[in-house]
Amino acid sequence: MKAETRKTFFSFGIELAIYAVLVVAYYFLVLHFLAGWLFHLDKSSIRIYGLVSIALIIGQAVALEWVTTFLIRLLRGRSE
Amino acid sequence: MITLLAMHFPISGTDISPVYLVIIGFLIGVLGGFFGVGGSFIAGPALRAVGMHWNYAVGTDLAHIVGKSVVAAKRHRALGNVDLRLGFIMATGTIAGAECGAQLIQLLKRRGDVDFVVSIISIIIYFSISTFMVWESWKTLRQQRKTSGGKKKRGKKDSADVSSFSGVTSAIHRIPLWPMISLPTSGVKSISLWVIVVVSFIGGLFSGFLGGGAGYIRMPMMVYVLGIPTHLAVGTDLFEIIISASYGTFSHAIKGNVDILVALVMNTGAAIGAQIGAILTQYFAGPKIRLFFVPLPLIGVAIVLYTLFTGNKL
Repeated sequence: MKAETRKTFFSFGIELAIYAVLVVAYYFLVLHFLAGWLFHLDKSSIRIYGLVSIALIIGQAVALEWVTTFLIRLLRGRSE
Repeated sequence: MITLLAMHFPISGTDISPVYLVIIGFLIGVLGGFFGVGGSFIAGPALRAVGMHWNYAVGTDLAHIVGKSVVAAKRHRALGNVDLRLGFIMATGTIAGAECGAQLIQLLKRRGDVDFVVSIISIIIYFSISTFMVWESWKTLRQQRKTSGGKKKRGKKDSADVSSFSGVTSAIHRIPLWPMISLPTSGVKSISLWVIVVVSFIGGLFSGFLGGGAGYIRMPMMVYVLGIPTHLAVGTDLFEIIISASYGTFSHAIKGNVDILVALVMNTGAAIGAQIGAILTQYFAGPKIRLFFVPLPLIGVAIVLYTLFTGNKL
């Protein structure tokens, strides 16, 4: 395996490991508290639940894109 | 194995392993980032396979598509692969088409033959797309090889995305139906607004009729009918999906068909997968991306045939 390819795989492995830790922390901290509130919202006010759902999925996607881009820049920057 | 470390999702009342959801999200993310498709032909059956009801699987998949498309479209925008003007125009046609598709489903439901009719139509459509794309990509790649004298070019994408269907595309561009608009980002000098609306309407119709984002029909139509370069078609399709799938998510959510917690967990895997898929498009020329696209509709054919002959959902 070429040195450059090995470096890319190594960086990607570190990215995945950091990302996995962040995701696990996210499950326990955020989803644990959100689950009950969203369940009640789904039963009591379905339209607000619909709007909150879209806001949450877009908000999370933007945040995750920022985290993954930051990790890629940080680790690639160091390895290059 | 699927039920290992299962997490309870109270909205849909299902127990699913978050690891399973993240892996499914990752795979669909890579596909979405690379081909500009929603991946509903995988996500729907994958959620159904772990015991989620179909109505929740369809609605939750749409919510997940929104999140994944945000990540992939942002990455494609950074790579210069998104035509915002085209995306906004297409979103209006897609929403109108999706509503008509949903109404068609309701009509067939009342007649009582919805499953059979939708299955047959989807098999014909998926198979036709795959066959056409194999033929076109193969022909284009052969032409390229002949003109380059057998020398293989490697590296980043070709700036000029060629297609052996370009004669028909040029004829479509010349249809003089007012208002004519230009798409400078996509390199289209003049095209009737109605052609774009009709293309997006057809995509929306299939989305409402067969479910999911219908990227499997919209992306090829953008390339062959509108003449958009493949890389731009992928990025713009993803941007357009954000708007139309958000509308679909809200529509399904108020009908009680969305478990947003499942979608949020799937999205954590999709976020990294979509980035990888989007970055990979840089290393392949347009005809090759189109050729790799071919098996996707065929997976859809296999799933529909299985459902049709066994009477079971996956």
